[in-house]
This record gives sequence, structure tokens and C-alpha cells, in this order.
Amino acid sequence: MNISLRVWRQKGRDDQGRLVTYKLTDVSPDMSFLEMLDVLNEKLTLENEDPVAFDHDCREGICGACGVVIDGEAHGPEVTTTCQLHMRSFKDGDTITVEPWRAKAFPVIKDLVVDRGAFDRIIQAGGYISAPTGTAPDAHANPIPKPDADRAFDAATCIGCGACVAACPNASGMLFTAAKVTHLGMLPQGQPERASRVVNMISQHDEEDFGGCTNIGECAAVCPKGIPLDTISQLNRDLLGSLAKGVG
Amino acid sequence: MAVTGTILVLYLIAHMYGNLKVFSGQAAFDGYAHGLRELGYPILPESGFLWIARIVLLASVLIHIYAVVILWRRAGRARQNRYQVKKRVQRTYASYTMRYGGVLIALFVVFHILHLTVNVIAPGGASDSPYERLVNGFQPEFWYITLFYVAAVIAVGFHLRHGIWSAMATLGANKESRQGKINAVAVAISLIVTIGFLLPPLAVTFGLVSK
Repeated sequence: MNISLRVWRQKGRDDQGRLVTYKLTDVSPDMSFLEMLDVLNEKLTLENEDPVAFDHDCREGICGACGVVIDGEAHGPEVTTTCQLHMRSFKDGDTITVEPWRAKAFPVIKDLVVDRGAFDRIIQAGGYISAPTGTAPDAHANPIPKPDADRAFDAATCIGCGACVAACPNASGMLFTAAKVTHLGMLPQGQPERASRVVNMISQHDEEDFGGCTNIGECAAVCPKGIPLDTISQLNRDLLGSLAKGVG
Repeated sequence: MAVTGTILVLYLIAHMYGNLKVFSGQAAFDGYAHGLRELGYPILPESGFLWIARIVLLASVLIHIYAVVILWRRAGRARQNRYQVKKRVQRTYASYTMRYGGVLIALFVVFHILHLTVNVIAPGGASDSPYERLVNGFQPEFWYITLFYVAAVIAVGFHLRHGIWSAMATLGANKESRQGKINAVAVAISLIVTIGFLLPPLAVTFGLVSK
């Protein structure tokens, strides 16, 4: 395959940044998107140019490190992580635009790499439990209804990649925050902090300059882990409950 | 946003019901309008109910606008550098129209009150009879007023399509299993309200309702 890439190049946080066009020939349809970027970088290195900086780690779709906006969609045309997207999803001769996640809360460090520390700070604000759990307990020691366990697990699959923020027209981090609130709120170990968790996490979310949620649903549509949109309603229910109790 | 929106949707349904009385003739329409003034009398003073409703509605509108100003500004601050290429994934057309459509609706409401409530703007002649104000106002020669009305009502329809869904989600009612139903209700109410509000003025324009 021969493709044209329009890649966002930005030297640092304060650089303006711009799209630069590169041509790549002989791209294999079996390459992952990141492997294709590797090929580009090898070419750029040989030409004594600065390689394109992009985040990646496991390349198995489970760590959440990679993520770029491809042709206007977070993680590109398939609902998966960028590392699990393959070039067969594109056509020979395509022009592909690659941009970083764009949000004030995710400042660009270089090229396609953004600082997602804002997510860590939201977790620090309440995305944890304080109950000492020790070693894994007997499976039947703590009865949990199957639907609750399933719901918690679905929400727990969030890998914090930030695609929800990237896709959101408001650049809101609500799906991420809601996934954590739902995950911990469905389980008995999450109950002691349940009321304060949602208030603290939302406050941190707002402080990080994420936008507000207007229930448009682009976040859940691009989420590589399929975090359901209704977690946001769960978050709202928990928040209403907390405010009614006078927490926060 | 969700709570005030819900109040306004309920009001719209009541308002639409009143409008449709136009098809029962002048006596029914004017009688209904007069009845609103007497509602609750003598427990409330005359027009008391009407003023309570107006105050609640005005408060709802102002809080609704205040909330959107905050959300809009936050969204602007949260993404200062726009995407060079942005694709719609699944969002409804209605969700695009919320903010600018809302501005159009707000401007229309001001005009609408001056036109048919206060009757300061009175194309075709002012009148004490609400029925006559309606019939005068939407005569074919004032097609541009009818056009503005139609555009605003369609904007309301789109606004409700996303607004009802969004309000349900904000109030915590959205569950995976209920999403189909919530969307169906949102579409149904939007369609009913849009058609219900379009019928009376268009009936006047096309001569089905006259003095």
C-alpha cells in the first residue's frame, strides 16, 4: 500500500504545531498503525529528521498508553486501541491525518504525545478503596449479585487511554470518571468512600479543566473497552445521593 | 439544566394543548385564554396562577441559560486547539443544534411574547382577542413571520430531541436497557410538540382557520 500521512508535529508545549505530510510506500496491510509509524520513523531517522514522537507500551490493547486521533476519530476507524488498528482498515492511496488528543487537560508534550497526568490526579482524588483487602478472599466469602459484579467488571476494564476526552465535543472526562465511580461503587469494598468519592473525583475533574458532560455519547462510541454510557448516569445518581446526604 | 428543562417541556405541552383549541373556534380559544386568568380564583387573586407560572418559567429560563453559559464556556476552555479533522461517530444531528438552536429559541421567545402576548408587534392589527391576534399575525402576507415561527418551532423540536434524552441521563435514569425507550420517548415528544405548534399558524396561513 502507498499512503500519505498528515502528521501533527509540535516541538513542545508552547510550540504552535502544524500538520506535515509524509509519503510512505510499500506499507503492509498486516502492519499495525503503530508499526506503520515505526516505519515512518525509521525513514525519518535515516533522512536525519526528527522522528515522530508517539506514546505506546504493550501494543496488545491492554495498557492504554497509545492513542491518537486518526482522520477525526479517536483510535481511528475501528473501535479498538491504536496499536490494535491495522493498515488493512485503510485503502491504498489514502491520505490519513494523525493528531494528538486535544484537550486543555491533556497538554501536548511533543508531536502526538500528551500528558495524561490529569487522569492520575482524578484517581488520587477518590478512585481507590481504603479497606484492607489482604490476600484474595474465598470466592463465596463476600456475596455479590452477579449483575453488580458484571457491571463493576465492565467499568473496571477502563484502561485510561483518554479516547473519551479526545472524542468528546466538550473535552469532558466524564466517562473515565464515571467508569471508576461505577466500578468501585458496585462492590462492597467500595462502599465506605462511595459518597465522598464521587464528589471528590468530580471536583478534581472540573479543576483539571475538563469540559462538562452534555450526554452526546461520542465517548462510549469510541471507547476501545466499550465502557457503557450509562456509567455516567450511575455517577449522576451517586452524586445526587451524596449531595442529598450533605457530602461535599 | 435537566430540572429547568423538564419544567419548560411540561409547559410547552400545556401551551401546545391550549394552541390546538384554535381548531374549536374563537369562543373556545379565547375562553381557554380567559380561563387561565381565572384558574385558582378565588383562592388565588385574579391572574394569580398565571403570574406564578410566569415567574416559575422566567426563573427556569434564566437558570437554564445560566447553566448553558457555564457549560459552553467550560467547553471552550477545555479544548482551545481544535482538531484539523473531526468526524461524527454516532451523535445525533439534534445534539449539534443545542447551543445555537437554543440561542435562536431564546430570540424567538422574546419576539413571540412581544408579538402574541403583549401584542406590541402586531402585524395585521392588534386585538384584545387572542384568537384574532393569532389569525391577524399569520396571514399569508406576513409569511416571513410564519417562516421565523416555523424555524423556531423546528429548532425547539431538535432541542427537545437531545434535551429530553440528556435530562434523563443527567437525572440518573439512563440504563443500558432503557436507552431505547428514553430515545423513543424523546423522539415522540419532540415530534408531537413540533407538529402541535406548527398546525395552528400554518392553518391560519393556508386559510383553514379564519375570523
